[in-house]
Amino acid sequence: MKKKILLGFGGLLLSTVLAFGQETISPAKAQSGPIVITGATIHVGNGKVINNGYVAFDKGKITAIGEGAAPATAGATVVDAAGKQIYPGFICPITTLGLVEIEEGARGTVDDTETGELNPHVRSLIAFNTDSKVIPTVRSNGVLLAQPTPEGGTVSGQSSVMMLDGWNWEDAAYKKDIGIHLTWPVARAARGRRGGAPTPGQETPAERAQKQIDAIYSLFGQAQGYAAGGKPAVHNLRLDAMVGVFNGTKKVFINADGAKEIEQAVAFAKKFNLSAVIVGGKESYLVTDLLKQNNIPVIIKETQSLPDKDEDDVYLPYKLPHLLQDAGVLYGLTGIGFWRQRNLPFEAGEAVGYGLTKEQALSMITINNAKILGIDKTTGTLEVGKDANLFVSNGDALDMLGLDVTNEYIQGRTIDLNNKHKQLYKKFSDKYGIPTKL
Amino acid sequence: MKKILLFCFALLVAQFTRAQETFPVNGAWDVRPGQYAFTNATIVVSGEQTLTNATLLVKDRVIEAVGAGVAVPKGYVTVDLKGKFIYPGLVDAYTSYGMPEAPRQTAAFNFGGPRVSVPVSTKPGAYGWNEAIRPDVNAKTIFHVNATAAEELKRNGFAAANALIRDGIARGTSAVVALSDERDNLVFINDQATANYSFSKGTAATNYPSSLMGTIALIRQTYLDAAWYKTQKGEYNISLNEFNRTQALPQVFEVTDMQSILRADKIAKEFGKQYIIKSDGKEYQNIAAVKATGSSFIIPLNFAAPYDVEDPLDARNVTYEQLKDWELAPTNPAALEKAGIKFAITSYGLTSSKDFWTNLRSAITNGLTEKQALAALTETPAEMLGVSDKVGSLAKGKLANFIITSDNLFKADNVIYETWSEGRQFVVSKMDVTDLRGTYAFKSDVSNGSLAISGTPGTYSVAFGPDSVRTPGTITRTGDLVGIYFNSRQPNGTVRLSGYISSVSPITLSGTGTAPDGTEFKWTAAYTGPAPAAGNANGAFARGGQGNPGGPRQPATPSPIGPVVYPFAAYGYVEVPKAEATLFKNATVWTNEKDGILKNTDVLIEGGKIKAIGKNLPAGTAKVIDATGKHLAPGIIDEHSHIAATGGINEGTQAVTSEVRIGDVLDATDVNLYRQLAGGVTISHILHGSANPIGGQTYIIKHRWGVTPEQMKFEGAPQFIKFALGENVKQSNSQQQFGNPNVRFPQTRMGVEQVYVDAFTRAKEYKAARAVKGNTVRRDLELEALAEILDDTRHITCHSYVQSEINMLMHVADSLGFKINTFTHILEGYKVADKMKARGIAASTFSDWWAYKMEVQDAIPYNANIMTSEGITVAINSDDAEMARRLNQEAGKSVTYGKMSEEEALKLVTLNPAKMLHIDGRVGSIKAGKDADLVLWSADPLSIYAVAEKTYVDGVAYWDYEKDAARQKEMKAEEGRIIQKMLQAKNAGSATQRAGAPRRRQLYTCDDIEDAAYVVADSYNNLAQDQTAGQQSAQNKK
Repeated sequence: MKKKILLGFGGLLLSTVLAFGQETISPAKAQSGPIVITGATIHVGNGKVINNGYVAFDKGKITAIGEGAAPATAGATVVDAAGKQIYPGFICPITTLGLVEIEEGARGTVDDTETGELNPHVRSLIAFNTDSKVIPTVRSNGVLLAQPTPEGGTVSGQSSVMMLDGWNWEDAAYKKDIGIHLTWPVARAARGRRGGAPTPGQETPAERAQKQIDAIYSLFGQAQGYAAGGKPAVHNLRLDAMVGVFNGTKKVFINADGAKEIEQAVAFAKKFNLSAVIVGGKESYLVTDLLKQNNIPVIIKETQSLPDKDEDDVYLPYKLPHLLQDAGVLYGLTGIGFWRQRNLPFEAGEAVGYGLTKEQALSMITINNAKILGIDKTTGTLEVGKDANLFVSNGDALDMLGLDVTNEYIQGRTIDLNNKHKQLYKKFSDKYGIPTKL
Repeated sequence: MKKILLFCFALLVAQFTRAQETFPVNGAWDVRPGQYAFTNATIVVSGEQTLTNATLLVKDRVIEAVGAGVAVPKGYVTVDLKGKFIYPGLVDAYTSYGMPEAPRQTAAFNFGGPRVSVPVSTKPGAYGWNEAIRPDVNAKTIFHVNATAAEELKRNGFAAANALIRDGIARGTSAVVALSDERDNLVFINDQATANYSFSKGTAATNYPSSLMGTIALIRQTYLDAAWYKTQKGEYNISLNEFNRTQALPQVFEVTDMQSILRADKIAKEFGKQYIIKSDGKEYQNIAAVKATGSSFIIPLNFAAPYDVEDPLDARNVTYEQLKDWELAPTNPAALEKAGIKFAITSYGLTSSKDFWTNLRSAITNGLTEKQALAALTETPAEMLGVSDKVGSLAKGKLANFIITSDNLFKADNVIYETWSEGRQFVVSKMDVTDLRGTYAFKSDVSNGSLAISGTPGTYSVAFGPDSVRTPGTITRTGDLVGIYFNSRQPNGTVRLSGYISSVSPITLSGTGTAPDGTEFKWTAAYTGPAPAAGNANGAFARGGQGNPGGPRQPATPSPIGPVVYPFAAYGYVEVPKAEATLFKNATVWTNEKDGILKNTDVLIEGGKIKAIGKNLPAGTAKVIDATGKHLAPGIIDEHSHIAATGGINEGTQAVTSEVRIGDVLDATDVNLYRQLAGGVTISHILHGSANPIGGQTYIIKHRWGVTPEQMKFEGAPQFIKFALGENVKQSNSQQQFGNPNVRFPQTRMGVEQVYVDAFTRAKEYKAARAVKGNTVRRDLELEALAEILDDTRHITCHSYVQSEINMLMHVADSLGFKINTFTHILEGYKVADKMKARGIAASTFSDWWAYKMEVQDAIPYNANIMTSEGITVAINSDDAEMARRLNQEAGKSVTYGKMSEEEALKLVTLNPAKMLHIDGRVGSIKAGKDADLVLWSADPLSIYAVAEKTYVDGVAYWDYEKDAARQKEMKAEEGRIIQKMLQAKNAGSATQRAGAPRRRQLYTCDDIEDAAYVVADSYNNLAQDQTAGQQSAQNKK
């Protein structure tokens, strides 16, 4: 093991637990004293970069940040990060991390999709598995907060923002039940039919989609009435769960990729005066004016994907963030699934070759995601008063050639960077007598 | 009741019977002479000869004489055809006329439930093992005259048709029949015309084949089995017997896309055959390649209707290919003619038989000559079907198959009056009645207006009202009587008119009518002028919006037509780029050789090869590219890919399918070839999937965008085969009924070992038996491929995850004497790296994939590093169309996880895969003499920030970021132009079709056991799949 990563408390912890295995990777203890990280290039998250800077935090909050020498802090643990980079913790929205452990062949570990079409009442919060072996592999790449999100059906349920460290979901919750997720119906031609006229009497895909849209309108219309009606005589769990979307305390995340569907979704959001977020948004670049006028942000799902249509620009998914940036639409980014979220920094970095600046790419997975999830008051940038959710990397964290996390903190707690993969690496390096280069 | 039926039958018989000697007759024989003389006609005897003022004598079924000076003997019914034309009856070379409807059953697929296993045919009788091989089916034995279907053909002028059974891969023989409405015994012209084949298994319940490559393998093996069958005496096999017997007939092969023409022809050449190919009319997409097959063709005229493109967002769902095809398909017959390719035209495959003449005229407008059109409908099909002596032209002794027309057959307003088939008349449109087409002044007691009758005699259309708002109606005519009705708005309801031709000069119709309120009135309509011309907005009103897809879609003078692109897909080139001598100046060069990474270095390429590497190289005539600040690296090689293959990636119906070949089903139109060039990929190893322990033969291709499938192949590539272990092979994640005795073996890792031991034991015995001089051992392509492995001329790349089974296969290989070249995926390779190293086995893995199923729970991103440290040749592969285009980044992750040196990391996707594919002599590094497969990167190629600015294959810059931007603009402009044209066609009254979900390519991964679209009978090319699902599975499964 190279000495240079044995920095600070986190590094020490890492070296001591390597021999023990996943079951001993413990959640961090509360911050016990001030920590000051010095000499680093600090990426604030909002575009600003501080060279040779310091960050100080205590009791979980950032207390100071600036250029040059850090002010002396009594009793502080000083982490020398000369030549390194400091970033706000990455935030991963719309993920099944913590809800799924083994995707196929082990249904018992899959808790992301409830049965039924309209499930606004189900909550991902309580299914979040803090003991997942996947979480430490994502966390060790700088992803500190995530939004485990239910899937399936038309209205899939509610999500919360979770810290990727904690003894149980209760501890790990960062912001509970922040919004409801729905998937906008798509008019799709029936399987096997190549356009052409539908069989008379048969429901066309457009008709089928319209029925589903009507059901959404009906649900929201009734929920709106229910919310306005005060204390109901007969409680309805679904409608109870939706009260928040009409008083601005819950967001509505709408999965929509096609420009048509986005247009429909925006009209829907306007009608019910919802705080809406478009998720996916593959064709959002075609309707940027509409999104901007209505203040509706987009969470892009993966840059590292294929264009939807053969005719599309071969790099379209790489260019999408830049197209939204130029149009002035607020956009965030998620990766895909659960384990692949450890690539979130690279999903962001991908956009840099195609128009974004590096700091804009960073904002995409820090402050932009924080704004969209409604947690930007406490996290998303490195600013005094915000939570000390941050990490130190030896190099550029958006690039696989630079990402090398040495220290990591969630609300000031020093996070264990060990994970199952490092443990197996160590185990088999030992078997062959080859050096372990972590 | 019975009496009445008999009476009717007798009438029928009386009218037509003549030579049906063996049948008893009820009542008096009624045999009529059937002697006709058609005089004063313009007779088009054949494409070569036209007689004016000539006579055609018909005696019963045959032509007695044709000529200008023919005297009419006594006793003939004389028909004066002054001003009219006679043409030979048309011959349709490809129909299912008179065939029973094939049952749409596919027992093997029980959607939503577990799959039913039918490993071998359950058909009783001494037939072969696979139900899709049915050469024993003869159309003649199931043919039955179908008067309605015959009329549909005769309305278009067809008098004879080749009737065949469109079911199965080998489909048996067809029969050429006349289209007269007679007893079945009387219509046969040739009872065994052609032997027929296709790539569609049709209704066969046998599981195998479930893919196009399996289909081709089955055809290949059937040829071999049939040859062997002649030499053996042990068994009787109707299927093989008939297969051999029908080889003497013309061999007709039906395909449903352009590249399948080439696939079929490749099989033909392999077995010394020449097929007549029934295509889907897309030869124009690569006419040179089609011409090179030397085949003749039967082509349809199934031109697409314009799409709904008013809404720009809907228009996005119409693919570039669909737009281009809409415009170019009508040029297909002309393209074939121009190329000098022999072809017949069939009316088969049209949405409506009414489109036939519209579409044929559209083909003529687009350059097909009338002479060629006539030949393609008469002499050519007659010759193909071996019935030239009887049909196809008018001559003494030939069958009395002819058509009587008002004008030149191909003129837009020509009317086909009668189609005669074997001397039997069919009236399409009465010759002697008044042509009602025109505009009329309508007068009645209740209202006045105008009436327009258009269309063709026999199928008139009518519209009522002032010119601006015409109300379409319906007209019927019986002799001189007409009936018209239409919906009136004021008063609201149906107005009915009944009348008759009261005068012919000018034409006047008179009669009575009933208004919606029941009021009766008298009316007259007097001719005032010609009918509104077809083609303008009013021309189509009478179609009531139903229209006619071919419709008046093409204006009389064709507007300019865009060029064919290669491949025929989005991003196809009008001109495929050529190799160009190029000097890269001042680049950072990743040589992958002893020199390592050279800064400020020049590289010269010429003639597709790397010519020199050094400082300050002279440019000579080479194009100079300033590569200052850029990185030049060898092209990326993907050891494990499933792009650019079609018709299913797995033949998973048997545990061992070493006979199937990816090389048979390459798809050069897959846009992912181009997209991956944009990610620096120059070579891909296209693998069979992982559904079975011994999968199919693989192929190494170069990403040459714009060539044919064969031309993509890496010349002289070493031969590989895909093996697989683990969950996919034991089908643990499929819906198979566990415990069902028919379920495909194996279901456990224990069973997998035995499959290998058994297969190689058989292969050894086979090899030994075949080595004996004078042996008569049947050539078995499955065992032959395994014998090649034993001979070390075919290499194994084995899909593998967990250490136990990896260890097992190494032991099986040791004990049976074969080598494993590569373990692919090999996510637990780090656990057995020492054992792999000891055997010299290479590893091709993922950078960081894990957790997506049970067998990858111990996958770690340090795998490549550990195996490299142990001295194994390691590659990073994609198994995914998306990941493949950033394999450079995936290699970069070996720096993230385990700190591999950058030089070694890039080798994971360049030199190392080249080594394990045994092509490192030609590619994988930058060295003088090697192929100029290069990528110019904007930054360190392992970095997330690197963009592939140019990608060269054999010195050809197939990808160029800047040029791509220009090409995208051109493509957009071309789309815009065609969309404008579509809108015009729609405004001109053509019916349109909705784009719906556009056809999207299926993205394959190892796990895709069946291509559902392929499996469903007769529709393998119809890939209108739920794309989201397809992509999702591509992303989530390995």
